[in-house]
Amino acid sequence: MLRDITLGQYYPVNSIIHKLDSRVKLVGTLAFIISLFFFKSFAGYAVAALFLGIVIKLSKVPLKFMLKGLKAIIILLLITAVFNLFLTPGRPLVTLWKLTITYEGLRQAAFMTIRLIFLIVGSSVMTLTTTPNNLTDGMEKGLRPLGKLRVPVHEVAMMMSIALRFIPILLEETDKIMKAQIARGADFESGNLIKKAKSLVPLLVPLFISAFRRANDLAMAMEARGYHGGEGRTKMKPLIYQNRDRIAYLILLAYLVVSIAIGRLSPV
Amino acid sequence: MSIKIEHLSYVYGEGTAFEKKALDDISLELPDGQFIGIIGHTGSGKSTLIQHLNGLIKATSGQIYYNGQSIYQDNYNMKELRSKVGLVFQYPEHQLFEIDVFTDVCFGPKNLGLSQEETEERAREALEQVGLGEEFYRQSPFELSGGQKRRVAIAGILAMKPEVLILDEPTAGLDPKGRDEILDQIAMLHKERKITVILVSHSMEDVAKYVQRIIVMNRGKAMYDGAPREVFKHYRELEEIGLAAPQVTYVVNSLKEKGWDIKTDATTVEEARDAILIALRK
Repeated sequence: MLRDITLGQYYPVNSIIHKLDSRVKLVGTLAFIISLFFFKSFAGYAVAALFLGIVIKLSKVPLKFMLKGLKAIIILLLITAVFNLFLTPGRPLVTLWKLTITYEGLRQAAFMTIRLIFLIVGSSVMTLTTTPNNLTDGMEKGLRPLGKLRVPVHEVAMMMSIALRFIPILLEETDKIMKAQIARGADFESGNLIKKAKSLVPLLVPLFISAFRRANDLAMAMEARGYHGGEGRTKMKPLIYQNRDRIAYLILLAYLVVSIAIGRLSPV
Repeated sequence: MSIKIEHLSYVYGEGTAFEKKALDDISLELPDGQFIGIIGHTGSGKSTLIQHLNGLIKATSGQIYYNGQSIYQDNYNMKELRSKVGLVFQYPEHQLFEIDVFTDVCFGPKNLGLSQEETEERAREALEQVGLGEEFYRQSPFELSGGQKRRVAIAGILAMKPEVLILDEPTAGLDPKGRDEILDQIAMLHKERKITVILVSHSMEDVAKYVQRIIVMNRGKAMYDGAPREVFKHYRELEEIGLAAPQVTYVVNSLKEKGWDIKTDATTVEEARDAILIALRK
């Protein structure tokens, strides 16, 4: 059950997408997400789907794994779709009691659903193919110019990498504590909402305590190894653009131009 | 009354890049009242195996019978199984959550649906069994020492009155005194309540001193299964898989190599002492 959350989990295989510079993947994901909001027609989403499909294929990560992340937002998807379906004014299509489905509503609901799905899958591609360390390295280097404006880029990047790194650890810990409490007869599944919420206490208390203990240990270990912030800190594997990264940027640019052109100009 | 495992296999993350065979065709019989040790290198499948015994993990293939009944049949009462097969996890003190020691120990029996009196009675009994007196009842479990916390956690399982008690590395991270105390208490429970005890451990000395039977796990298979003196005869093979025999086994074996006329199957200090005395008198 807990393994369903794939966001922030790295999938270790060797592929061209894995090897790309993390800055390319960051910019790529951002560009992909922005492109989604420019489309006015389904043709644009078709181009985006094609592009995403090719990237997923190249990444060698099983599609099943990518889609797992969607399970977590199914409720959100449903709510968004239903609200858009019934609450968008326009030409009426079907009338059910006091609720009217409009042509515009149907279109809007489909758009929003596709957008959300692509958004999650698109960012899953990045997190599944990039180690958290690599990701924050990319972020730190990519955002370095902001440091001149006194933005604490390194600190933010470090916090991000710690947060990302802790997701699988805390998931594992949750799994372990859950099992330990089930072994003591705890029941997390049956009962009404209040009972279910109450049954989480034996899980959440130990989890919080463990999170604080780990945070404390980590801070101690960092200090013991002489961590003093970003100034003058060097990297063992500095990020340097390769030819494949330059090609990837060009492909990305091509995708942006083509998809937005089609997405805005196509009549359907 | 026993646990029977037939051709048990378990695969982690089937169909993904994380796929790993954790258990590979294991068949074992664990009769009542035995004190069994399970040893194995990290990742050998020990922890996975014991989590199958109370149904926390469902096997990919194979069967487990508890008292002759398959635990995988439809409508099998898993909750009852979990009260009969008590599992104490590694670092069990991490699961404590209540405001005081007594309430925490009550959690297990309360979940079994027992009455308030019965629950408290069992909690009192369990705390006594692990050697914690009334002065601890109203203390916060988070203010206790590591060894005391662990005993509270073990009492939490004992309060469910299990017929089989499984302990995963119960002495990890404890000092020698705390270690001996906990192991002695477990041995006493085994003797007095006649329950089956399964001890998962890294320490060959602990295992040799307390258990009647050792199961050696390696790469998801049960590699050896027998009395300690039988199993530790294979000390060279054990070394190859990252384990070892008790130190005294090495002592008597090197004496033998030096030409002494000595029995080499000693696994505890006492046995080694006797063997050496006999050899000296010859």
